[in-house]
Amino acid sequence: MDAQSLIARRVARELRAGNLVNLGIGIPTLVANFVPSDLKVFFQSENGLIGTGPMPEQGMAHPLLTDAGGRPISALPGACVFDSAMSFGLIRGGHVDITVLGGLQVDAEGHLANWMIPGKMVPGMGGAMDLVSGAKRVIVAMQHAAKGKSKIVQKCALPLTSSRPVDLVVTDMAVIGFSGGRITLQETAPGVTVAEVMAVTEADLFIPASVPEMKI
Amino acid sequence: MKAVSVEEAVARIPNGATVMVGGFMGVGTPERLLDELVRQRKSELSIISNDAAVPGKGVGKLFDAALVSTLTTSHIGLNPNVQKQMMANKVAVNLVPQGTLVERIRAGGCGLGGVLTPTGVGTIVGEGKPKIEVDGKSFLLETALRSDFALIHAFLADYLGNLAYALTARNFNPVMAMAADTVIVTAENIVPVGVIAPDHVVTPAPLVDYLIANG
Repeated sequence: MDAQSLIARRVARELRAGNLVNLGIGIPTLVANFVPSDLKVFFQSENGLIGTGPMPEQGMAHPLLTDAGGRPISALPGACVFDSAMSFGLIRGGHVDITVLGGLQVDAEGHLANWMIPGKMVPGMGGAMDLVSGAKRVIVAMQHAAKGKSKIVQKCALPLTSSRPVDLVVTDMAVIGFSGGRITLQETAPGVTVAEVMAVTEADLFIPASVPEMKI
Repeated sequence: MKAVSVEEAVARIPNGATVMVGGFMGVGTPERLLDELVRQRKSELSIISNDAAVPGKGVGKLFDAALVSTLTTSHIGLNPNVQKQMMANKVAVNLVPQGTLVERIRAGGCGLGGVLTPTGVGTIVGEGKPKIEVDGKSFLLETALRSDFALIHAFLADYLGNLAYALTARNFNPVMAMAADTVIVTAENIVPVGVIAPDHVVTPAPLVDYLIANG
Protein backbone atom coordinates (compact mmCIF):
# COMPACT_ATOMS: atom_id res chain seq x y z
CA MET A 1 0.00 0.00 0.00
CA ASP A 2 1.29 3.48 -0.82
CA ALA A 3 2.04 5.91 2.03
CA GLN A 4 -0.92 8.20 1.40
CA SER A 5 -3.46 5.35 1.36
CA LEU A 6 -1.95 3.93 4.54
CA ILE A 7 -2.35 7.25 6.34
CA ALA A 8 -5.89 7.79 5.03
CA ARG A 9 -6.93 4.25 5.97
CA ARG A 10 -5.68 4.67 9.53
CA VAL A 11 -7.37 8.05 9.95
CA ALA A 12 -10.66 6.57 8.69
CA ARG A 13 -10.65 4.27 11.72
CA GLU A 14 -11.05 7.32 13.98
CA LEU A 15 -14.47 8.20 12.55
CA ARG A 16 -17.59 7.22 14.52
CA ALA A 17 -21.21 6.88 13.48
CA GLY A 18 -22.97 10.25 13.36
CA ASN A 19 -19.76 12.30 13.32
CA LEU A 20 -19.69 15.57 11.40
CA VAL A 21 -16.31 15.50 9.68
CA ASN A 22 -14.34 18.07 7.68
CA LEU A 23 -11.57 16.80 5.42
CA GLY A 24 -8.84 19.15 4.18
CA ILE A 25 -7.20 18.92 0.78
CA GLY A 26 -4.46 16.40 -0.04
CA ILE A 27 -4.14 13.21 1.99
CA PRO A 28 -7.17 14.11 4.19
CA THR A 29 -9.48 14.02 1.15
CA LEU A 30 -8.55 10.35 0.63
CA VAL A 31 -9.97 9.42 4.05
CA ALA A 32 -13.51 9.34 2.59
CA ASN A 33 -12.45 6.45 0.33
CA PHE A 34 -11.79 4.22 3.34
CA VAL A 35 -14.92 4.77 5.43
CA PRO A 36 -16.92 1.50 5.68
CA SER A 37 -20.15 1.79 3.68
CA ASP A 38 -22.28 0.90 6.73
CA LEU A 39 -20.75 3.71 8.85
CA LYS A 40 -22.95 6.81 8.58
CA VAL A 41 -20.83 9.93 8.89
CA PHE A 42 -21.57 13.43 7.62
CA PHE A 43 -18.88 15.10 5.56
CA GLN A 44 -18.84 18.90 5.53
CA SER A 45 -17.37 20.90 2.69
CA GLU A 46 -16.61 24.35 4.09
CA ASN A 47 -17.88 26.12 0.98
CA GLY A 48 -21.33 25.30 2.29
CA LEU A 49 -22.44 21.67 2.24
CA ILE A 50 -23.07 18.80 4.65
CA GLY A 51 -23.52 15.48 2.88
CA THR A 52 -20.64 15.61 0.42
CA GLY A 53 -20.66 12.61 -1.88
CA PRO A 54 -18.13 11.21 -4.35
CA MET A 55 -17.22 12.68 -7.74
CA PRO A 56 -20.29 12.52 -9.96
CA GLU A 57 -20.35 10.13 -12.91
CA GLN A 58 -19.29 11.35 -16.32
CA GLY A 59 -21.70 14.01 -17.54
CA MET A 60 -23.50 14.35 -14.18
CA ALA A 61 -21.42 17.18 -12.69
CA HIS A 62 -23.16 20.48 -11.85
CA PRO A 63 -21.12 23.71 -12.00
CA LEU A 64 -22.77 24.97 -8.78
CA LEU A 65 -21.93 21.86 -6.75
CA THR A 66 -18.25 21.68 -5.92
CA ASP A 67 -15.85 21.05 -3.08
CA ALA A 68 -13.71 23.76 -1.46
CA GLY A 69 -11.15 23.35 -4.24
CA GLY A 70 -13.78 24.00 -6.92
CA ARG A 71 -13.90 20.38 -8.10
CA PRO A 72 -17.26 18.76 -8.93
CA ILE A 73 -18.79 16.62 -6.18
CA SER A 74 -22.14 15.00 -5.54
CA ALA A 75 -24.54 15.49 -2.65
CA LEU A 76 -25.85 12.45 -0.78
CA PRO A 77 -29.52 11.99 0.18
CA GLY A 78 -30.13 14.16 3.24
CA ALA A 79 -27.53 16.72 2.23
CA CYS A 80 -28.03 20.39 3.07
CA VAL A 81 -26.45 23.65 1.97
CA PHE A 82 -25.76 26.91 3.80
CA ASP A 83 -23.77 30.12 3.49
CA SER A 84 -20.19 30.66 4.63
CA ALA A 85 -21.19 32.36 7.91
CA MET A 86 -23.10 29.25 8.96
CA SER A 87 -20.39 26.97 7.61
CA PHE A 88 -17.79 28.61 9.84
CA GLY A 89 -20.26 28.88 12.69
CA LEU A 90 -20.40 25.09 12.53
CA ILE A 91 -16.61 24.93 12.48
CA ARG A 92 -15.77 27.54 15.09
CA GLY A 93 -18.75 26.69 17.27
CA GLY A 94 -17.54 23.17 18.05
CA HIS A 95 -20.19 21.41 15.95
CA VAL A 96 -17.63 19.66 13.76
CA ASP A 97 -16.60 16.46 15.57
CA ILE A 98 -13.42 15.77 13.62
CA THR A 99 -11.29 17.79 11.25
CA VAL A 100 -8.48 16.13 9.30
CA LEU A 101 -5.81 18.46 7.94
CA GLY A 102 -2.48 18.22 6.23
CA GLY A 103 0.61 19.58 7.95
CA LEU A 104 4.03 21.08 7.35
CA GLN A 105 5.19 20.69 10.96
CA VAL A 106 3.75 19.47 14.26
CA ASP A 107 5.74 20.09 17.42
CA ALA A 108 6.17 18.46 20.83
CA GLU A 109 3.37 20.57 22.27
CA GLY A 110 1.00 19.52 19.50
CA HIS A 111 1.13 22.85 17.70
CA LEU A 112 0.46 22.64 13.98
CA ALA A 113 2.01 24.77 11.23
CA ASN A 114 0.39 24.20 7.86
CA TRP A 115 -0.35 27.42 6.07
CA MET A 116 2.81 29.21 5.00
CA ILE A 117 6.55 29.07 4.47
CA PRO A 118 7.67 32.70 4.82
CA GLY A 119 9.25 34.07 1.65
CA LYS A 120 8.52 30.87 -0.25
CA MET A 121 4.92 29.72 -0.15
CA VAL A 122 2.13 32.03 1.00
CA PRO A 123 -1.12 30.48 -0.19
CA GLY A 124 -3.21 31.82 2.70
CA MET A 125 -4.78 29.95 5.56
CA GLY A 126 -8.21 29.46 4.01
CA GLY A 127 -10.30 27.74 6.67
CA ALA A 128 -7.44 25.96 8.45
CA MET A 129 -7.11 28.38 11.39
CA ASP A 130 -10.82 28.24 12.15
CA LEU A 131 -10.88 24.44 11.85
CA VAL A 132 -8.00 23.93 14.27
CA SER A 133 -9.36 26.52 16.70
CA GLY A 134 -12.92 25.22 16.71
CA ALA A 135 -13.31 21.53 15.83
CA LYS A 136 -13.83 19.11 18.71
CA ARG A 137 -10.99 16.86 17.56
CA VAL A 138 -8.11 17.77 15.26
CA ILE A 139 -6.25 15.05 13.37
CA VAL A 140 -3.20 15.79 11.23
CA ALA A 141 -2.57 13.45 8.29
CA MET A 142 0.88 13.89 6.75
CA GLN A 143 4.12 12.23 5.74
CA HIS A 144 6.46 11.70 8.70
CA ALA A 145 9.36 13.40 6.93
CA ALA A 146 9.88 15.55 3.85
CA LYS A 147 13.15 15.24 1.88
CA GLY A 148 14.61 13.35 4.82
CA LYS A 149 13.72 16.10 7.32
CA SER A 150 11.39 15.30 10.20
CA LYS A 151 8.04 17.06 10.17
CA ILE A 152 7.57 16.11 13.83
CA VAL A 153 9.74 18.79 15.41
CA GLN A 154 10.58 19.93 18.93
CA LYS A 155 9.24 23.42 18.23
CA CYS A 156 7.57 24.67 15.05
CA ALA A 157 9.82 27.05 13.11
CA LEU A 158 7.00 27.90 10.70
CA PRO A 159 4.09 30.21 11.63
CA LEU A 160 1.47 28.37 13.70
CA THR A 161 -2.02 27.65 12.46
CA SER A 162 -3.46 27.87 15.97
CA SER A 163 -2.34 28.01 19.59
CA ARG A 164 -4.74 25.12 20.24
CA PRO A 165 -2.81 21.83 20.11
CA VAL A 166 -3.91 19.02 17.79
CA ASP A 167 -5.17 15.70 19.16
CA LEU A 168 -3.62 13.09 16.89
CA VAL A 169 -1.01 12.86 14.14
CA VAL A 170 -1.11 9.99 11.66
CA THR A 171 1.91 9.56 9.39
CA ASP A 172 3.23 6.84 7.09
CA MET A 173 5.41 5.64 10.01
CA ALA A 174 3.46 6.26 13.19
CA VAL A 175 0.44 7.40 15.15
CA ILE A 176 1.35 10.11 17.64
CA GLY A 177 -0.84 11.44 20.43
CA PHE A 178 -0.57 14.08 23.14
CA SER A 179 -2.36 12.57 26.13
CA GLY A 180 -1.32 14.23 29.37
CA GLY A 181 0.35 16.98 27.34
CA ARG A 182 3.21 14.65 26.36
CA ILE A 183 4.07 13.79 22.75
CA THR A 184 3.69 10.02 22.68
CA LEU A 185 4.33 7.30 20.13
CA GLN A 186 1.04 5.38 20.14
CA GLU A 187 1.47 3.05 17.16
CA THR A 188 4.00 2.18 14.48
CA ALA A 189 3.14 1.51 10.85
CA PRO A 190 3.30 -2.10 9.63
CA GLY A 191 6.93 -3.17 9.23
CA VAL A 192 8.31 -0.05 10.92
CA THR A 193 10.24 -0.36 14.20
CA VAL A 194 10.21 2.06 17.12
CA ALA A 195 13.89 2.74 16.50
CA GLU A 196 13.18 3.65 12.88
CA VAL A 197 10.47 6.11 13.95
CA MET A 198 12.78 7.69 16.53
CA ALA A 199 15.54 8.02 13.93
CA VAL A 200 13.38 10.28 11.74
CA THR A 201 11.61 12.17 14.54
CA GLU A 202 13.17 15.41 15.75
CA ALA A 203 10.82 15.85 18.73
CA ASP A 204 11.57 14.00 22.00
CA LEU A 205 8.96 11.28 21.68
CA PHE A 206 7.72 9.51 24.79
CA ILE A 207 7.87 5.77 24.11
CA PRO A 208 5.48 3.67 26.21
CA ALA A 209 6.48 0.17 27.36
CA SER A 210 4.56 -1.37 24.50
CA VAL A 211 3.81 0.26 21.17
CA PRO A 212 1.32 -1.71 19.07
CA GLU A 213 1.38 -1.90 15.29
CA MET A 214 -1.10 0.30 13.43
CA LYS A 215 -4.31 -1.55 12.54
CA ILE A 216 -5.49 -0.59 9.09
CA MET B 1 -34.44 47.63 -7.17
CA LYS B 2 -33.75 48.72 -10.71
CA ALA B 3 -33.14 46.43 -13.67
CA VAL B 4 -30.17 47.67 -15.70
CA SER B 5 -27.75 46.45 -18.36
CA VAL B 6 -24.41 45.07 -17.27
CA GLU B 7 -22.68 48.04 -18.99
CA GLU B 8 -24.81 50.54 -17.08
CA ALA B 9 -24.26 48.86 -13.73
CA VAL B 10 -20.48 48.66 -14.05
CA ALA B 11 -20.29 52.26 -15.31
CA ARG B 12 -21.43 53.27 -11.80
CA ILE B 13 -18.32 51.71 -10.23
CA PRO B 14 -15.48 54.27 -10.10
CA ASN B 15 -11.79 53.47 -10.29
CA GLY B 16 -10.44 52.85 -6.79
CA ALA B 17 -13.75 51.51 -5.46
CA THR B 18 -13.93 48.89 -2.72
CA VAL B 19 -15.78 45.90 -4.14
CA MET B 20 -16.94 42.68 -2.50
CA VAL B 21 -17.31 39.79 -4.93
CA GLY B 22 -19.37 36.71 -4.03
CA GLY B 23 -18.20 33.22 -4.91
CA PHE B 24 -15.90 30.45 -3.77
CA MET B 25 -13.20 29.37 -6.23
CA GLY B 26 -15.27 31.05 -8.94
CA VAL B 27 -18.43 29.13 -8.04
CA GLY B 28 -21.32 31.53 -7.43
CA THR B 29 -19.38 34.47 -8.87
CA PRO B 30 -21.07 37.11 -11.06
CA GLU B 31 -18.87 36.46 -14.11
CA ARG B 32 -20.72 38.92 -16.37
CA LEU B 33 -19.96 41.78 -13.99
CA LEU B 34 -16.31 40.79 -13.78
CA ASP B 35 -16.04 40.56 -17.57
CA GLU B 36 -17.53 44.04 -17.83
CA LEU B 37 -15.16 45.45 -15.16
CA VAL B 38 -12.32 44.18 -17.33
CA ARG B 39 -13.88 45.56 -20.54
CA GLN B 40 -14.35 49.01 -18.97
CA ARG B 41 -10.87 48.75 -17.43
CA LYS B 42 -11.90 49.80 -13.92
CA SER B 43 -8.59 49.99 -12.07
CA GLU B 44 -7.02 50.37 -8.61
CA LEU B 45 -9.83 48.26 -7.19
CA SER B 46 -9.87 47.08 -3.58
CA ILE B 47 -11.36 43.60 -3.78
CA ILE B 48 -12.79 41.61 -0.90
CA SER B 49 -13.46 37.98 -1.81
CA ASN B 50 -13.06 34.57 -0.23
CA ASP B 51 -10.23 33.55 -2.57
CA ALA B 52 -8.43 34.65 -5.72
CA ALA B 53 -9.93 31.77 -7.77
CA VAL B 54 -7.72 30.73 -10.72
CA PRO B 55 -6.52 32.69 -13.76
CA GLY B 56 -9.36 33.15 -16.26
CA LYS B 57 -12.12 32.43 -13.75
CA GLY B 58 -14.04 34.52 -11.21
CA VAL B 59 -12.04 37.32 -9.57
CA GLY B 60 -8.98 35.76 -11.21
CA LYS B 61 -9.95 37.74 -14.34
CA LEU B 62 -9.38 41.04 -12.51
CA PHE B 63 -5.81 40.00 -11.74
CA ASP B 64 -5.20 38.78 -15.31
CA ALA B 65 -6.01 42.37 -16.34
CA ALA B 66 -3.99 43.89 -13.40
CA LEU B 67 -6.94 45.96 -12.14
CA VAL B 68 -6.54 45.27 -8.42
CA SER B 69 -4.44 47.24 -5.93
CA THR B 70 -5.63 45.62 -2.69
CA LEU B 71 -7.05 42.17 -2.02
CA THR B 72 -8.59 41.06 1.27
CA THR B 73 -9.04 37.29 1.14
CA SER B 74 -8.43 33.95 2.84
CA HIS B 75 -6.66 32.10 0.03
CA ILE B 76 -4.59 32.90 -3.05
CA GLY B 77 -2.82 29.53 -3.36
CA LEU B 78 -4.40 28.49 -6.66
CA ASN B 79 -3.77 31.75 -8.51
CA PRO B 80 -0.08 32.15 -9.42
CA ASN B 81 -0.78 35.58 -11.02
CA VAL B 82 -1.85 37.00 -7.66
CA GLN B 83 1.19 35.55 -5.96
CA LYS B 84 3.46 37.11 -8.60
CA GLN B 85 1.73 40.50 -8.31
CA MET B 86 2.00 40.29 -4.50
CA MET B 87 5.74 39.47 -4.61
CA ALA B 88 6.25 42.38 -7.06
CA ASN B 89 4.38 44.73 -4.66
CA LYS B 90 1.74 45.44 -7.30
CA VAL B 91 -1.07 44.05 -5.15
CA ALA B 92 -1.31 44.39 -1.37
CA VAL B 93 -2.80 41.16 -0.03
CA ASN B 94 -4.45 41.01 3.40
CA LEU B 95 -4.81 37.36 4.35
CA VAL B 96 -7.67 36.71 6.76
CA PRO B 97 -8.85 33.35 8.12
CA GLN B 98 -11.98 32.36 6.18
CA GLY B 99 -14.28 32.21 9.18
CA THR B 100 -13.00 35.58 10.38
CA LEU B 101 -13.44 37.10 6.92
CA VAL B 102 -17.08 36.07 6.65
CA GLU B 103 -17.83 37.20 10.23
CA ARG B 104 -16.19 40.59 9.63
CA ILE B 105 -18.41 41.03 6.56
CA ARG B 106 -21.46 39.81 8.47
CA ALA B 107 -20.67 42.32 11.24
CA GLY B 108 -20.35 45.08 8.67
CA GLY B 109 -23.75 44.22 7.27
CA CYS B 110 -25.42 43.93 10.65
CA GLY B 111 -24.32 47.20 12.20
CA LEU B 112 -21.72 45.66 14.50
CA GLY B 113 -18.29 47.15 15.06
CA GLY B 114 -16.61 43.76 14.85
CA VAL B 115 -16.51 40.30 16.34
CA LEU B 116 -14.56 38.43 19.01
CA THR B 117 -13.05 35.20 17.66
CA PRO B 118 -10.64 32.63 19.09
CA THR B 119 -9.25 32.05 15.58
CA GLY B 120 -5.76 33.49 15.24
CA VAL B 121 -5.00 33.93 18.96
CA GLY B 122 -1.29 33.15 19.49
CA THR B 123 -0.50 33.27 15.75
CA ILE B 124 0.82 36.02 13.46
CA VAL B 125 -2.81 36.81 12.56
CA GLY B 126 -3.28 38.10 16.12
CA GLU B 127 -0.25 40.41 16.09
CA GLY B 128 -1.21 44.02 16.78
CA LYS B 129 -4.86 43.24 17.42
CA PRO B 130 -6.64 43.81 20.73
CA LYS B 131 -6.99 40.58 22.71
CA ILE B 132 -10.03 40.38 24.95
CA GLU B 133 -10.74 37.88 27.72
CA VAL B 134 -14.31 36.65 28.11
CA ASP B 135 -15.05 34.06 30.81
CA GLY B 136 -11.35 33.13 30.93
CA LYS B 137 -11.04 32.55 27.18
CA SER B 138 -8.94 34.70 24.83
CA PHE B 139 -10.46 36.26 21.74
CA LEU B 140 -9.20 38.62 19.04
CA LEU B 141 -11.16 41.74 18.25
CA GLU B 142 -11.67 41.64 14.49
CA THR B 143 -13.24 44.77 13.04
CA ALA B 144 -16.20 44.92 10.66
CA LEU B 145 -15.78 45.11 6.88
CA ARG B 146 -18.01 47.07 4.50
CA SER B 147 -17.61 48.08 0.88
CA ASP B 148 -18.85 50.55 -1.71
CA PHE B 149 -20.20 47.76 -3.94
CA ALA B 150 -21.11 44.10 -3.59
CA LEU B 151 -21.28 42.01 -6.76
CA ILE B 152 -23.59 39.08 -6.09
CA HIS B 153 -24.60 36.01 -8.09
CA ALA B 154 -27.93 34.34 -7.37
CA PHE B 155 -29.67 31.32 -8.88
CA LEU B 156 -33.11 32.91 -8.85
CA ALA B 157 -34.08 36.58 -8.72
CA ASP B 158 -37.68 37.71 -8.94
CA TYR B 159 -38.85 40.99 -10.48
CA LEU B 160 -38.69 42.67 -7.05
CA GLY B 161 -35.13 41.51 -6.36
CA ASN B 162 -35.77 38.68 -3.89
CA LEU B 163 -32.91 36.19 -4.27
CA ALA B 164 -32.40 32.46 -3.82
CA TYR B 165 -29.17 30.56 -4.31
CA ALA B 166 -28.25 27.06 -5.49
CA LEU B 167 -26.08 24.41 -3.85
CA THR B 168 -22.53 25.53 -3.03
CA ALA B 169 -22.92 28.77 -5.06
CA ARG B 170 -24.46 30.45 -2.00
CA ASN B 171 -21.22 30.82 0.03
CA PHE B 172 -20.37 34.53 0.66
CA ASN B 173 -23.17 35.96 -1.51
CA PRO B 174 -25.98 36.50 1.03
CA VAL B 175 -23.52 37.83 3.62
CA MET B 176 -21.96 40.34 1.21
CA ALA B 177 -25.41 41.46 0.00
CA MET B 178 -25.85 42.95 3.49
CA ALA B 179 -22.51 44.75 3.71
CA ALA B 180 -22.22 47.18 0.77
CA ASP B 181 -23.62 50.61 -0.02
CA THR B 182 -24.65 49.43 -3.50
CA VAL B 183 -25.60 45.83 -4.29
CA ILE B 184 -25.51 44.63 -7.92
CA VAL B 185 -26.86 41.17 -8.75
CA THR B 186 -26.66 38.76 -11.65
CA ALA B 187 -29.00 35.76 -11.61
CA GLU B 188 -29.10 32.53 -13.59
CA ASN B 189 -32.89 32.88 -13.80
CA ILE B 190 -35.10 35.95 -13.50
CA VAL B 191 -38.60 34.88 -12.53
CA PRO B 192 -41.98 36.45 -11.72
CA VAL B 193 -42.74 37.51 -8.17
CA GLY B 194 -44.15 34.54 -6.27
CA VAL B 195 -42.03 31.87 -7.98
CA ILE B 196 -39.64 32.05 -5.03
CA ALA B 197 -41.79 31.12 -2.05
CA PRO B 198 -41.39 33.42 0.98
CA ASP B 199 -39.81 30.55 2.93
CA HIS B 200 -37.15 30.16 0.25
CA VAL B 201 -36.06 33.77 -0.16
CA VAL B 202 -32.53 34.07 1.23
CA THR B 203 -31.73 37.69 0.35
CA PRO B 204 -34.75 40.04 0.73
CA ALA B 205 -35.49 42.38 -2.19
CA PRO B 206 -34.88 45.68 -0.33
CA LEU B 207 -31.16 44.80 -0.13
CA VAL B 208 -30.77 44.70 -3.92
CA ASP B 209 -30.09 47.97 -5.77
CA TYR B 210 -29.49 46.74 -9.32
CA LEU B 211 -30.44 43.52 -11.07
CA ILE B 212 -28.67 42.84 -14.35
CA ALA B 213 -31.26 42.23 -17.04
CA ASN B 214 -30.95 39.29 -19.42
CA GLY B 215 -29.53 39.73 -22.89
